[in-house]
Amino acid sequence: MTDLSKSGAVGEPVRAGAATPSAFLDVRDLRIHFPTDDGLVKSVDGLSFQLEKGRTLGIVGESGSGKSVTSLGIMGLHTVGQYGRGKARISGEIWLDGKELMSADPDEVRRLRGREMAMIFQDPLSAMHPYFTIGAQITEAYRVHHDVDKKAARKRAIELLDRVGIPQPDRRVDDYPHQFSGGMRQRAMIAMALVNNPELLIADEPTTALDVTVQAQILDLIRDLQKEFGSAVIIITHDLGVVAELADDILVMYGGRCVERGPAEKVFYEPQHPYTWGLLGSMPRIDRDQTERLIPVKGSPPSLINVPSGCAFNPRCPYADVPKDGVTRTERPELRLVTGGEGGRHHSACHMSQEERTRIWTEEIAPKL
Amino acid sequence: MFAYIVRRLIAVIVMLLVVTLVTFGIFFAIPKLTGADPAALYVGKQADPATIEGIRQKLGLGEPILVQFWDFVTGIFAGRDYTGGGTTVRCDAPCFGYSFRNEQPIWPVLQDRLPVTLSLAAGACVLWLLGGVTTGIVSALKRGSVWDRAAMTIALSGVSLPIYFTGLLSLAIFSYGLGWVNGEYVEFAVDPAAWFGGLILPWVTLAFLYAAMYARLTRATMLEILGEDYIRTARAKGLREPVVIGKHAMRSTMTPILTILGMDLGALVGGAILTETTFNLPGLGQAAVKAISDRDLPLILGVTLIAAAAVVVANLVVDLLYAVIDPRVRLS
Repeated sequence: MTDLSKSGAVGEPVRAGAATPSAFLDVRDLRIHFPTDDGLVKSVDGLSFQLEKGRTLGIVGESGSGKSVTSLGIMGLHTVGQYGRGKARISGEIWLDGKELMSADPDEVRRLRGREMAMIFQDPLSAMHPYFTIGAQITEAYRVHHDVDKKAARKRAIELLDRVGIPQPDRRVDDYPHQFSGGMRQRAMIAMALVNNPELLIADEPTTALDVTVQAQILDLIRDLQKEFGSAVIIITHDLGVVAELADDILVMYGGRCVERGPAEKVFYEPQHPYTWGLLGSMPRIDRDQTERLIPVKGSPPSLINVPSGCAFNPRCPYADVPKDGVTRTERPELRLVTGGEGGRHHSACHMSQEERTRIWTEEIAPKL
Repeated sequence: MFAYIVRRLIAVIVMLLVVTLVTFGIFFAIPKLTGADPAALYVGKQADPATIEGIRQKLGLGEPILVQFWDFVTGIFAGRDYTGGGTTVRCDAPCFGYSFRNEQPIWPVLQDRLPVTLSLAAGACVLWLLGGVTTGIVSALKRGSVWDRAAMTIALSGVSLPIYFTGLLSLAIFSYGLGWVNGEYVEFAVDPAAWFGGLILPWVTLAFLYAAMYARLTRATMLEILGEDYIRTARAKGLREPVVIGKHAMRSTMTPILTILGMDLGALVGGAILTETTFNLPGLGQAAVKAISDRDLPLILGVTLIAAAAVVVANLVVDLLYAVIDPRVRLS
């Protein structure tokens, strides 16, 4: 991951950077708003991040934090097939391999979809068409982007099914999705996403709908395939365990914005945002005393229509009353570089001083985890 | 798939037998139970007692009800003789009863009337599917647009306006006013052009009513399907939007349309009474109306059975098509 902060000194707000992107995927100030009868829903409101090939970024947050909306936004799926009202308003820049997608011709973006960037969805049963065979759905994905005959495409589908660990792929290729088990379906979904060797793979909650026993297998598979294909992977989840398993970097989203991001080990072991602490506190851990109860993050996610004017997390923040120097309640905290962050890549958006946060983490939070 | 077809066919045969039994029971047993004399009903109130007694014998009304039913069912396959009052009437197979009112077997009447009704239903069906489904899809894709609102308003009026209004209006304009078509029914084999000319107004009138319903159904279904995850997947693959709609969304949208279509077509065969009456088409519906006003019970029974058979057969066809479309039906 190339950091955004090269231009900024420590503690300076980070802004969308240079004109030419250096990263493979460079998302700058992405805003995705949906007009509704109740008002404008700001699902994603100024999100920036970068991702290199061969790296995995975990985007973490609770329901409604804008994770999935972000992934669909990168794929350009908010702008196709949005018939009639409810059309998304999108702004910002998405650079993929040197191409800017937001200003690109929609048909050009369509040709990138499935070929350069592919997606694995949460529930493989509903994400696959019930009336077409697994093979038909994979070959279709292949033949959109490759001028090959049915036979060659079928061979490719069988090859991919074999690669993702489907037994007897030459027979099961003619099965329908409902004839597969949940784990097998997700494997088939992965095969479908990988059939064109995409350079960017977005996995949106890939294990949420699966049995716990199957989850680990799927995560292993994604990791192995990433090594093999060398693609950039974004894994979207509410489950920090999944991220711990896979991600090189972590981006924590809250209320449509990034509240903390950095290398996985930094975010896990030296988190710099109260929301991240809350997430860590609510995560079950094998090494934790069994008698201790998990601590949920109090309150409910913010309304994305009337986002609090200051820090979006303020109403739920246990440290909202900690005095902050020269900051008014209505001021929004900017994403700032954390001093001593590895390679200057660890950022967080909190009004508390870094000293204060480090003190709270080491003295109050970490010992309880 | 083969086992499925066999299963469905057996179900259809059982269903037809049950329908026949129930219909037969209603028409033959109820008058008996209520004390009315069915034989008197067949010939009208003014018939003399000797004629009535003859018919009673011919129908075997003195026999137990199950024997009467058995005679009726075997008559369908083998034909039967009605003997009584010193005379015998032959009713060739398939014998669906004998109208003592008109002194003729029922089957030739049905045979005569069925093609008219089938022509009406089939032609109207083609029109309303083309019109209704297309309108529904475009409305769904342009939800909230002027087109959508206009189409749905017209559809609402189409659903609300009865056939005898739209039918008479179209007759007044195109037949009596402009003189473009004449309302006479001509057999297809005799003169295809005249057949078409005689049916075009009933087709359009009937299709307008159904197209309105199908447009609303298609729109609602399409909107629901477009929100499905697998449609998003299809787009994520990079498929062109026409393929996403035409292949992925349409395939799923067809299922509920097909279900309704089976029922509607089946019901139309027995029940296009208003259309046939409005346009004076000599079809089954009109025969039924006449039979009712004549109290010609055997003819009513015959029409009812044909109508019931049409519904059952149409549903069988739908079920088989269902299996073709939806693999989950086929394999479960």
